[in-house]
Amino acid sequence: MNADDYIADHVKSLPRSGIRDFFAIVSEMPQAISLGIGEPDFITPWKIREASIFALEKGKTSYTDNRGLLSLRREISTYVASFFGAEYDPQSEILVTVGVSEAIDVALRALLNPGDKVLYHEPCYVSYAPSVTLAHGQAIPVGTSPEDAFSLDPEAFEKAWQPGCKILLLNFPTNPTGGTADRTKLERLAKFAVEKDLIVISDEIYAELTYEGEHVGIASLPGMQERTILLHGFSKGFAMTGFRVGFACGPDWLIDAMMKIHQYCMMCAPILSQEAATEALRNGTEQVVKMREQYHKRRDFLVRRFNEMGLACHSPRGSFYAFPRVRDFGLSEIDFCHRLLREQEVAVVPGSAFGAHGQGHVRASFSTSYEKLVEAADRIERFVKNLSVESIEEAVV
Amino acid sequence: MSNLLDILQETTDPDPSKLANILGLSEEEVRAQVQELRSDGSLLGWVPLIHPSRKESDEVRAVIEVKISPEREGGFDRLAQRISKFDEVEACHLMSGAYDLLVIVQGKNLHAVATFVSERLSTIEGVLSTATHFLLRSYKEHGHLLSKEGGNSEMPPVSA
Repeated sequence: MNADDYIADHVKSLPRSGIRDFFAIVSEMPQAISLGIGEPDFITPWKIREASIFALEKGKTSYTDNRGLLSLRREISTYVASFFGAEYDPQSEILVTVGVSEAIDVALRALLNPGDKVLYHEPCYVSYAPSVTLAHGQAIPVGTSPEDAFSLDPEAFEKAWQPGCKILLLNFPTNPTGGTADRTKLERLAKFAVEKDLIVISDEIYAELTYEGEHVGIASLPGMQERTILLHGFSKGFAMTGFRVGFACGPDWLIDAMMKIHQYCMMCAPILSQEAATEALRNGTEQVVKMREQYHKRRDFLVRRFNEMGLACHSPRGSFYAFPRVRDFGLSEIDFCHRLLREQEVAVVPGSAFGAHGQGHVRASFSTSYEKLVEAADRIERFVKNLSVESIEEAVV
Repeated sequence: MSNLLDILQETTDPDPSKLANILGLSEEEVRAQVQELRSDGSLLGWVPLIHPSRKESDEVRAVIEVKISPEREGGFDRLAQRISKFDEVEACHLMSGAYDLLVIVQGKNLHAVATFVSERLSTIEGVLSTATHFLLRSYKEHGHLLSKEGGNSEMPPVSA
């Protein structure tokens, strides 16, 4: 059988994830120090794990309401009102999903007709453009700039707008750059969204991991809640990646449309994960603060070390990723990562895996212990020094 | 709390050169800060935390509930401090409830602890009674679980 005859055209045309290629190489090198992980190195706090075990002991093994446990939706409503500054009705305006990834997929599928356009910023999480393509939409990247710490640039969005644009897809704080969006810029973007009658899908999964300034949810701005789908989840802030639970908050007509897709393709998020998530919101927020403090200190260390060794690196205001510039060494980011892994056994991820605007950078996660960070930084410094010597020798020759 | 104290609580290696690297200070500055923390009494010292199964096999620990008579001046302090000075005493706390002092004692064997309790502790004037409980097995010490958690061993080395 010829696979090309069977696989759908829009799936065939999807590029392989750059992360996946790199993962295959790193997996062969168990001794390597990896700064390549996109998840917390903390184990889920015991209180949260224990809630899931207790639910299992009690025999909670059934489906739940398609929208998610009402008890969880109530907790989400309270948490979102206090943390994101927007109020949602647990009965009709909240949908519990299998991670934010499902929520993005369901939101795009609910909104896009073939050919509709989606504006999103780059570098960004690897799934955005493919998710738009899979929903038969057209993804239009808008670059963010290292000079501005990759923060939200409303003017760039305004310039990139074209007829047929329907959605703004945002992710602040951003994976992989740590860029954030301050209130003034968000207000300008909100005005633009209203003028152009756009729906905003705002993935705020790293909101709790904001180190400078307060996190501003775009749904809290005047006139925005009616056109915003706020996406959030438990993976990053609460260190619950494996539980696969997230949620969407939005106007009831949008949540209803998303629900239709969710009920047919997913039914509901796993009940044990929903029980754990309920406990996380009831009693787990103190642990989130502790973890954030740890990330904050690790960030300060890693960013300082990068700059000391000549890798220009802005200080990420959120998330747990540093995104230093490597193009000054005359190597592509892909060559840089491959040689660093081969010569010093440290894994970082090429910035181009997060879109063309990530070229010339690498993503290094500081979601790992001090011991490993210290050793990794020393190894990267040795590697960078060798590169500098090489380039001087080349210049002399 | 100082940054140095924060880091000292997290790291497994108090080597000044490594601490200097993490904090972005010189080694001399770290040594000076450590000295200051010691002088002002913030930093009492550090001890390696050793898994009980790796210690000498006969070594035993006991928790002793001690009732004492309070004194007109100083209450429980003089007796508590006196008891604390014995090398065998690992920790000593004044408690609310049915007894006054909770004393944790360590000895090279059962006999040594029994001798300490019967000949030293209970014979002190002002000690009214003691109840000794020997520790059978430990599950957590100073925040460290003694059995390893499976945890993140299956975590992929690179992810999005």
